Amino acid sequence: MHGQSLNFLFPNDVHIMWSLMIVLYPYITGLVAGAFIVGSLYHVFGRSELKPVSRLAMVASLSFLLVATLPLLSHLGHPERALNIVITPHFTSAMSAFGMIYAAYLILVVLEIWLLFRSEIIELAARSTGIKRGLLKMAALGVYDISDEARRADHKVVTVLAALGIPAACILHGYVGFMFGSVKANAFWSTPLMPIIFLFSAVTSGIAMIIILYETLSAVNGRKISGDCLQSLAGYLWLFATVTVTLEILEIVTLSYAQDEEWLIVGPLIRDKIAFSFIGIQMVFGSLIPFILLGIVVTLKRYLTAGMRNVITFIAALILLIQVFSMRWNVVIGGQIFSKSGIGFRENYVPELGTREGVAAALCIFIIPFLIMGAFNRLLPLAVEDGDAQARSH
Amino acid sequence: MCERKDNKGSSRRDFLRMAAQGAGGMALVMVGGGHSLVSANAVSEGGSDRRGPMEYDPSKHRYLYVIDVDKCIGCGSCVRACERENQVPRHFFRTWIERYQVSRTGEVYVDSPNGGHDGFAPSETGADISKAFFVPKLCNHCDNTPCVQLCPVGASFVSPDGVVLVDDKRCIGCSYCVQGCPYGSRFIHPETHTASKCTLCYHRLVRGESTACVQNCPTGARQLGDSRSLGDKVAEIVATSKVHVLKPELHTEPKCFYVNSSREVR
Repeated sequence: MHGQSLNFLFPNDVHIMWSLMIVLYPYITGLVAGAFIVGSLYHVFGRSELKPVSRLAMVASLSFLLVATLPLLSHLGHPERALNIVITPHFTSAMSAFGMIYAAYLILVVLEIWLLFRSEIIELAARSTGIKRGLLKMAALGVYDISDEARRADHKVVTVLAALGIPAACILHGYVGFMFGSVKANAFWSTPLMPIIFLFSAVTSGIAMIIILYETLSAVNGRKISGDCLQSLAGYLWLFATVTVTLEILEIVTLSYAQDEEWLIVGPLIRDKIAFSFIGIQMVFGSLIPFILLGIVVTLKRYLTAGMRNVITFIAALILLIQVFSMRWNVVIGGQIFSKSGIGFRENYVPELGTREGVAAALCIFIIPFLIMGAFNRLLPLAVEDGDAQARSH
Repeated sequence: MCERKDNKGSSRRDFLRMAAQGAGGMALVMVGGGHSLVSANAVSEGGSDRRGPMEYDPSKHRYLYVIDVDKCIGCGSCVRACERENQVPRHFFRTWIERYQVSRTGEVYVDSPNGGHDGFAPSETGADISKAFFVPKLCNHCDNTPCVQLCPVGASFVSPDGVVLVDDKRCIGCSYCVQGCPYGSRFIHPETHTASKCTLCYHRLVRGESTACVQNCPTGARQLGDSRSLGDKVAEIVATSKVHVLKPELHTEPKCFYVNSSREVR
């Protein structure tokens, strides 16, 4: 349609139905999937330089997984009926798979972590007293065999579980992308690229989060950062961030070039309504700057001191975490700013502060995984000694 | 299903059974008081198939809705009638009217102040308008409906007579169906926090009456038909006239058909 002169919204399209919590939900599940992929790089693909973060990655994945349902519960009109998704699932809905995918993945990750820490749990229990000993004995589940043979068996199962976990993590987050991509009523969401973009950005955010956690944990514990480990993580982050941003750009370029009807609303959306968060934050600040920073770390490593590399990688990872969040924001909120009339925009959405779907609640939810990781670390250290890596580090 | 007071306490299955087997008397009692202004009428315009809900068999009906754009005068009677009949909350709409004004140079001006509830003030576009018309909208009760497909708990469903309904006792209020409806027909009810939409006045259908919007349209722009009723005039219009549906490219297969519409309609 040409020459639209009035901003027209369907009368029911005045409200933003999916708010900050539905931005947070794919962000958290992305971190779950991405962190698991980092762990699998060591456990399955034998990237031995990643040993120092191998346990951290798995525990981070579990910690974020444990809160992944909270944004959804905060959003639902009837959270008390949430289990209806499991009790009376309607299988034509992508959302109905959530319960099963979540439960399967949770079992897999818990089992993986238990096997990873089983020996330490038993050894620590033997050295501990009081409540800590009781907790650790409970965590051992009555199995106290830590012979070499048992450890080898554990290791084999860990490898198999980590291998199974790769498709599971991909399904967990690919499904989140599918939830948006399958809404054909929405010109901005409805693209087969959506699950793929979500998946790659999930891995990007997962690697970035592990870098932040690893550097922070090392600083807190007074441990030296493994140069090989961080260098490798920076390389993977550069690769996945580049692919992610390329896919994000390709999606928009294709829409624009095809000049389909969707572009009549998506074009003005990007140019006018979400220009700051999409072009400014997601593309320029969030993508271009880390691309340059990580490019320096990867290609000019011989000229960088360990301290410079650590700082640059940390900053790049932090910016990429913001980039992925802004991508989630732009998809979820941006996709709702225009009316399904295709010729009108709502008011820009500003999240409230104190409501159950507001900023404060979102921050509370997002902090919980870090508290879980902190508690876990107090009981069972997440850091892994890596003699080889320590020796090779700068 | 009427999400608010006309079937409180009933589940989807209960409601259909109620409608089909007679327990629907409860619904009749609860809504019956407000219909004295509406003449008893059959689903098809001019019919006389009034009955109690006890005799209603959804499998014997297949409803169609026809809107003749040329006949709509934008008076808003339908919107007001729907609001009264279904206790639609303020600023939400189960049905609404859009005004289209197209200038000679191709600009399209669309508005729907308060959903057309209070009619339309004279146009102030300042453009040289070459054609203008009103387009009533409502749930299209699609056969291949994305809202039902997307509902994760089966709260949204298509009843055997083709009406898309919501079981508000099962709905979890996730809004996925609201996102998935291409026509903007659904909303989350601000009091029940569940999905709400046009039910084709299901509580009236089971009594053999037409919808409140059809009954209150002074020009006959809105018509409800039943393709499983022999000789149904509205079904005949769909079968023999040049009708079109909204957003056909989405293949939702609406059962709401437009006569004398224009390409500008979204």
